[in-house]
Amino acid sequence: MIIKKRQSWVESENSVTDEGLFHNRRNFMKLSGAMLGASLLSPALMAEEKRFLQALSFNAHQTDLREELTDYKAATGYNNYYEFGTAKDDPAANVHSLIPKPWSVQVDGLTAKQGDISLEDLIDFNALEERIYRLRCVETWSMVIPWIGVPLASVIKKLDPTPAAKYVRFETLADKKQMSGISSRVLTWPYVEGLRLDEAMHPLAFIAVGMYGKELPNQNGAPLRLVVPWKYGFKSIKSIVRISLTDTEPMNSWQKSASNEYGFYSNVNSEVDHPRWSQSYERRIGEFSRRKTLMFNGYGDEVASLYDGMDLRKYF
Amino acid sequence: MHTVFALPLCYLIINWVLLLSYEAHSLGFNPQEMTHHTTGDWALRFLLITLCISPIARWRSARGLMAYRRMAGLWSFVYIVLHILSYLWLEKFFDWHEIWGDIVKRPYITIGMITFLSLLPLAVTSTSGWIKRLGAAKWQSLHRLIYLAALLAPLHFIMMRKGWQIEPRVYAILALVLIAARMPIILRHRFK
Repeated sequence: MIIKKRQSWVESENSVTDEGLFHNRRNFMKLSGAMLGASLLSPALMAEEKRFLQALSFNAHQTDLREELTDYKAATGYNNYYEFGTAKDDPAANVHSLIPKPWSVQVDGLTAKQGDISLEDLIDFNALEERIYRLRCVETWSMVIPWIGVPLASVIKKLDPTPAAKYVRFETLADKKQMSGISSRVLTWPYVEGLRLDEAMHPLAFIAVGMYGKELPNQNGAPLRLVVPWKYGFKSIKSIVRISLTDTEPMNSWQKSASNEYGFYSNVNSEVDHPRWSQSYERRIGEFSRRKTLMFNGYGDEVASLYDGMDLRKYF
Repeated sequence: MHTVFALPLCYLIINWVLLLSYEAHSLGFNPQEMTHHTTGDWALRFLLITLCISPIARWRSARGLMAYRRMAGLWSFVYIVLHILSYLWLEKFFDWHEIWGDIVKRPYITIGMITFLSLLPLAVTSTSGWIKRLGAAKWQSLHRLIYLAALLAPLHFIMMRKGWQIEPRVYAILALVLIAARMPIILRHRFK
């Protein structure tokens, strides 16, 4: 008899690939209906991405239900991906121009491995696993998403960092031809994010190439994105084209745009308000009421030790 | 004419009824946020429309248009009240401690509340009864508070959005243009 040891951080779902769960009628919103209604009044949504998403084979986790998955239509219809426009329904309407295949990632900095690495060489598609994580946006909405991918640590090990490397820096694609919103000055492009090396090597840090049993849709950061569930969502950078190992703390895009509001660490912290709004509560998409936000998005047991002795009000 | 101003409200009511009946609706995946933004958008649009009416009536010599100025102003106020209600209920769930914290700690909400308070006396004194009670001159002075609201409302919008975004700035420019258009008249009154 195989007794599977379930990690304490594992988000529960008794059968992720069950289609019926994606249309969970117990939800307050009948979200499957929302798209139909919306498309009648919003022509832009009619042009939503029609790319065929391949099913992925992965190791599912044996879990029991604790938190409901967010409806797939919400996870793919309510997005922040400013390169495609700043409204929540802009990415789904505009990402049809993004070409996620073929894809390669430029690797540079303090690593033995350098140059352009194809997606297939960077990610072992025979070793995919599923992670059901909470995602908490800095704007105070949240979701529960079943990601498919590999631990970030496995990718970084492939790059073979030198001992001098202290940080990992990521860049998103910034192509005017593929991204309709790039001409906007809302942020400077390309979108940049970063992690301290120990954060990047932490077991929870994840590179996702799929979700809900299939490849990543464009609006969710195809073909590969970062998922750091204990930090605000903007750190989970999408459509990664470049990974660099550095010894200086990367200047991430949101911190660059407003350093009094967005820092480098951006750990989910219910006790440290954003200057313009409280972080004590959040709206789980699909629910009517609001929830209390958990320290480190509920992953404190696993990650709090990374920040021992750090003043998290100062290093927000 | 009331029907036109009531349309966004009807749209919201119909869609909430649909949503609560588990039917297809157009409020998206965060209907509380959509409601809050929609009421805010239309409050601002109707506020600016209110400011358009006198200049257009004067330019086209159409005094009949002036009858719609109070209607537009009051409907803007209706949407402001709905905007605040949706914040108090759908965002904060009547957590008064948190709400007070927001008003004092978040500048854009402080500005939003000042905008509301500056328009409240205008809504209250919008009737002809009040014009008689106050006298035309005092009433007119009081109602100049709309210029303050026209400046603060777009500012509230600009400060609310993340990063540099064009949409709220367009409203700010429109408001400034409408106020600038009134400057000759205001100055003429000053030096009478």
